[in-house]
Amino acid sequence: MSALDPRVELAQRLGLDEVPPVRFESPADVLTRLANHDYLSDDSIASVTFLADRLAKPILVEGPAGTGKTALAKAVADSIGARLIRLQCYEGLDESKALYEWNYRKQLLRIQAGRPEGSGSEDWSHLEEDIFGEEFLLTRPLLEAISATDPVVLLIDEVDRVELETEALLLEILSEYQVSIPELGTVRAKQIPMVFLTSNNTRELSEALKRRCLYLYVGYPSVERERDIILARVPGISTTLAEQIAQVVRSLRTLDLKKAPSVAETLDWARTLVVLGREEIGAQDAAATLHILLKYQTDIERATKDLLGRAKSVA
Amino acid sequence: MSEHIDAAMAMEVISLSDREMLRSSLSTTLVKDGDHLAAFNTAFEVFFSIRSWESAEQLMGEPDGDEVGQEGASGASGPGQSRGEGGGASSSLSAQELADLLFRALRDGDRTALRRAAGEAVDRYAGIEPGRPVGGTYYLYRTLRNLDLENLERRLSEGTVEQLGDSLVERLARDEARSRIEALKAEVEREIRERLVEDRGAEALAKSVRKPLPEDLDVMHANREEMAQLERALRPLSRKLAVRLARRRRRRRRGPVDLRHTVRRSLSTGGVPIDLRFKPPHPAKPEIFVIADISGSVASFARFTLHLVHAISSQFSKVRSFVFVDGLDEVSRLFDGVDDPAEAVARINAEADVIAFDGHSDYGRALVSFHERFAQDVTRRATVLILGDARNNYHQAHAEVIADLKYRAKAVYWLNPEPASYWNSGDSIIGQYAGYCDRVIECRTLRQLEAFVGELA
Repeated sequence: MSALDPRVELAQRLGLDEVPPVRFESPADVLTRLANHDYLSDDSIASVTFLADRLAKPILVEGPAGTGKTALAKAVADSIGARLIRLQCYEGLDESKALYEWNYRKQLLRIQAGRPEGSGSEDWSHLEEDIFGEEFLLTRPLLEAISATDPVVLLIDEVDRVELETEALLLEILSEYQVSIPELGTVRAKQIPMVFLTSNNTRELSEALKRRCLYLYVGYPSVERERDIILARVPGISTTLAEQIAQVVRSLRTLDLKKAPSVAETLDWARTLVVLGREEIGAQDAAATLHILLKYQTDIERATKDLLGRAKSVA
Repeated sequence: MSEHIDAAMAMEVISLSDREMLRSSLSTTLVKDGDHLAAFNTAFEVFFSIRSWESAEQLMGEPDGDEVGQEGASGASGPGQSRGEGGGASSSLSAQELADLLFRALRDGDRTALRRAAGEAVDRYAGIEPGRPVGGTYYLYRTLRNLDLENLERRLSEGTVEQLGDSLVERLARDEARSRIEALKAEVEREIRERLVEDRGAEALAKSVRKPLPEDLDVMHANREEMAQLERALRPLSRKLAVRLARRRRRRRRGPVDLRHTVRRSLSTGGVPIDLRFKPPHPAKPEIFVIADISGSVASFARFTLHLVHAISSQFSKVRSFVFVDGLDEVSRLFDGVDDPAEAVARINAEADVIAFDGHSDYGRALVSFHERFAQDVTRRATVLILGDARNNYHQAHAEVIADLKYRAKAVYWLNPEPASYWNSGDSIIGQYAGYCDRVIECRTLRQLEAFVGELA
């Protein structure tokens, strides 16, 4: 490997003894190993995952809800035998929930426990040093991922929910794999974790964040891929039924609906039909079970009318 | 810049002979927005066309891709020659045979066969003339017209349905057939583009296929297809805007001290109010009056603006909408109790009573009519938005109405969908109104519109 290899460079910067081995041999390797963990990826997912590992960069996964963005991180963690550390983002998420927090109750206890013995000033400086030790630090997901010694995959879920200002918290981790704590100094990663960020695209993410990540768009799967996903995830389903389900869902997604059916909902529907013991979908069954796929009454009415060619029957 | 470095680094670790891998590596490092992927893919097809790829593979002496490779090589050897050869090859197939070839390829979902058939079709029907500077759409249209796609689609959907009668099964077969036809169209388009690349070179073609992003399209001059794009872009745009504004409002300066909450918190510190709590803020929400010209060319612009304003109506205490041509009508009721502003906007044309005389815009008359009926509702809390190109067909301007509205309202803004360089030319009298408006804003694209509406809230 040339000196340009980003993994080598990063390992040097982090002061690691040795360069961690690459996790995936090739995109094809990603494909098969994810498939072994029931996650059917496609070419672009596989090659971006492969690149993220090779370039030691985080992946920003964007796409409609329910297309398997979070599942991708889980499957990758499973396939490389790593622990998944998840940070669920929400509005108002701050440093103390994402990075670290001082355990002030414990600090108070420590101060009170130290009181009876002495009251000298040298005692105080000793105490001060003591209460800002790692013992009193509560690690939150980001710090936990950085300081972990076992292999981890860090998942920062729905990053578009945090405010623009809070995004800045993530930048140091994403580009340098380190966290600065004013009282303690800089905590560097002990290994190179894989990092996934997911976004439902409810707002534009900042340039700074995007620049640090590889970008992966996960859209709705093609009919063939969706069929394979159904076959892999729903036990006891026939190929014809899976194919039909995938086709119905594709047709539904072309309609102008408030909420298009996600892959997760497709799977729910497939399971329902299997439980009902169906080998094929008829218009009757579809009308009766459409509410599993669609979550708005107006959507259901529209789909019934458009797809089944009649007004909604008594369901 | 750092994106370029990433892309270069990615090139170091991948195998460059894998075209799909190259595509995903470049797109993941260079493109950071899902909406831009389509543009990237077009550019990639132009610069790394399958044909040039295959001929490069042949040069490198790759053993695989024997027959396809030869086609590519002969194609790359020169535009004139490939034209002659192409013509010769296609004459061996009759129109019927070609149609059958396409049908079989589509039915079996055979990608290589489909590619070859699309190539034949382009040879036969497109009639590409080297050096002629027309866009690829022209050739695309010529080829597709000759292929009789409707017939193909019918044959496809009939071929797959065994038991008729079930409406769902029929419908699925139809959708399946349609999606395969779409695949064929895409294949033909790609084929034509590749030939144009041969003819004119990648650089030149890249320029001609460059399309503006939907949010940068000029609303007034959009063709039908672009209009559909705009419609599609509008919905996520308004949703994003609503989310952003709601957040901004919530995060704005905190309100007065919340005594109850503070005392409650102080219990944990022994009654000492260390941690002050504040009431959430109640910033005043503006009232919005939208007065939109919905005649002819500016109609679509008015529709987009009404859609956007109503999509974020929760950010305003009240939104009232008026539309006019030469008469004026309030359309606020159309938006009441409708979840999706698009539905209401679609109904405006049918239900609003806006034509008083000849159906040519008359800003003066419309403004006077607004003033007579609604001026007393315009208060210091109201912001008035006027949408239109101020092309008054040489009627009277009645600019004094605007002056009075400015006196009554918090602000009066005029959004003009024409480029600023056309203002005050011909029958445009924007200059007469401009003096009384707080601002006149050129608003030609969705991006500009979004920026303005965002500022408003």
